[in-house]
Amino acid sequence: MTLSMKRRKVWFGHALSIVTILIALLAFFPIFWMVVTSFKTEGDAYTSPPTIVFKPTLENYQIALQQSHYFTYLGNTIVITFFAAAAALLLGIPAAYSLAYYPRRRNNFTLMWVMSTRMLPPVGVIVPLYVVFKNLALFDTHLGLILLYTTVNLPLVIWMMRSFFADLPYETIEAARIDGATLLQEFGYVILPLALPGLMATLLLCVIFTWNEFFIAFNLTITQASPLSVFIVSFKTSEGLFWAKMSAAATLTALPVVIAGWVAQRQLVRGLTAGAVK
Amino acid sequence: MAENTLRLPQATAIPNVPKKTPQQSRFSLLSPAIIYLVLLTQIPVLFTLSYSFSNWNFLRPERTRFVGLDNYTGFVQDSDTLTIIRNTLAFATSVVLLSLIIGMILALLLNRPFFGRGLARTLLITPFLIMPTVSAVMWKNMLFSPTFGLINAFLGIFGTTTIDWINQFPMASIVMIVTWEWTPFMMLILLAGLQSLVQEHLEAAQIDGAGPLELFFYVILPHLRRYIEIGVLLELLFVLNIFGEIFVTTTGGPANSTTTLTFNIYLEAFKRWNVGRASAYGIIAVILANVITFVFLRVIRGNEQKAGT
Repeated sequence: MTLSMKRRKVWFGHALSIVTILIALLAFFPIFWMVVTSFKTEGDAYTSPPTIVFKPTLENYQIALQQSHYFTYLGNTIVITFFAAAAALLLGIPAAYSLAYYPRRRNNFTLMWVMSTRMLPPVGVIVPLYVVFKNLALFDTHLGLILLYTTVNLPLVIWMMRSFFADLPYETIEAARIDGATLLQEFGYVILPLALPGLMATLLLCVIFTWNEFFIAFNLTITQASPLSVFIVSFKTSEGLFWAKMSAAATLTALPVVIAGWVAQRQLVRGLTAGAVK
Repeated sequence: MAENTLRLPQATAIPNVPKKTPQQSRFSLLSPAIIYLVLLTQIPVLFTLSYSFSNWNFLRPERTRFVGLDNYTGFVQDSDTLTIIRNTLAFATSVVLLSLIIGMILALLLNRPFFGRGLARTLLITPFLIMPTVSAVMWKNMLFSPTFGLINAFLGIFGTTTIDWINQFPMASIVMIVTWEWTPFMMLILLAGLQSLVQEHLEAAQIDGAGPLELFFYVILPHLRRYIEIGVLLELLFVLNIFGEIFVTTTGGPANSTTTLTFNIYLEAFKRWNVGRASAYGIIAVILANVITFVFLRVIRGNEQKAGT
């Protein structure tokens, strides 16, 4: 290879890197613009052409937080997300443990069946859920949504935790067993500390999916238990009137999951593909 | 191992599993989760199935009776059905194909070391993390708005006339939003695939004189096949369930030009209160999802058998 060819290759590499970063900035731009708009006054937000020069204000956040029952929706989302993730981990970890360490002939079938429940389209069950929830007074309650989101999270927990458990060094677990550790000791002192990073990733994925869910929440709540995903939809016809406030509310609403996703990004693929891709 | 069983790499990675643990404890660990899933997923589907054979309408519950397969034959005969199927296909295939192509380009771009790669990757996955209803509200108001939207402001630089995106191109607008959201998903799967490619194979092909295009089509693409299949099938499953983006932007309209199967079930159930029909369509959606899931499971089984050899 001649020197000039080499040099051209290096420059081509730099050009590709710059193109990649530009595309990334372009893809991110709508989000950036939303955050910027949240610091504008409504007058600045609503100009043609859109303006980039303005005096930043925190007014929208104050209004979004104080006037629109934002905290009620936020509270609902937090309660629902927390308990649905906790319940799914409580039910799912023992199941994953059993599937990882006690191979049985039917394990593969069980895993595939668990996966198929995850892929069940919500529209296929929403009507009976609506009917049953109305009859059992679960409609528009936290408990109702927690029960359903636990169902959505559970297959994810089982598949992910099983895959993390199976990756652990088996000798360590065997050593604990030989030393006479009970199931609980083995689990609490050996497996859990080792699988903790996987557990955190699983938890974050549960949080991401539950926090963002809309269809079930929208159809099975009215006001009492509605989470933020439903609240945000009230801005759907806000054409030009409340862009700054809408942006403030939307930014606050999306932020926790964006951070959770950034933290868990290495495990995101594994969780999304049920461990099929690591 | 028998051909007809799923072989998981992790399962084969555990040697000498103790047989002494009583079977009972295993079932007491597994069964709560299984029972829970049966109660909240399988039983409701059975309910849906039974509703689908009735003409139950919430507005006229007293007239409910068994109507056999009428709701299903109604689906075949209904004049809107063709439109709904066409919308569903157009929507799902456009989103999946676009995100596959763009995701592939981005994965290839990200699969080389450069300063700022971590940041670029983080920025690129963010659209996937944003709450879908937030994305929809944001795109609808701030990007697609005819007078004050960013896209028209940008196109205005080139002298393009004002476009009312959501009204003039409703389906394309929704496809754009959902593609923006789901491209990172495809990108991440393909990137994982690229990173599992053995560098020596690439180098060997390069030494043999393969150019970039030959490398891509004869080395990279065959290697990525399974990853593409997994990405396409999973995304298809998720995208077919898309509801919020349609609800926020077009509510299925104008007329029913953006009504997909999922959205139509919502309309039947909660706008027309037609439980019987919504349930029949729901069963169709369940069957469709199960077919795709079945293919997906076959693909990952093949994947693992390949990895096992």
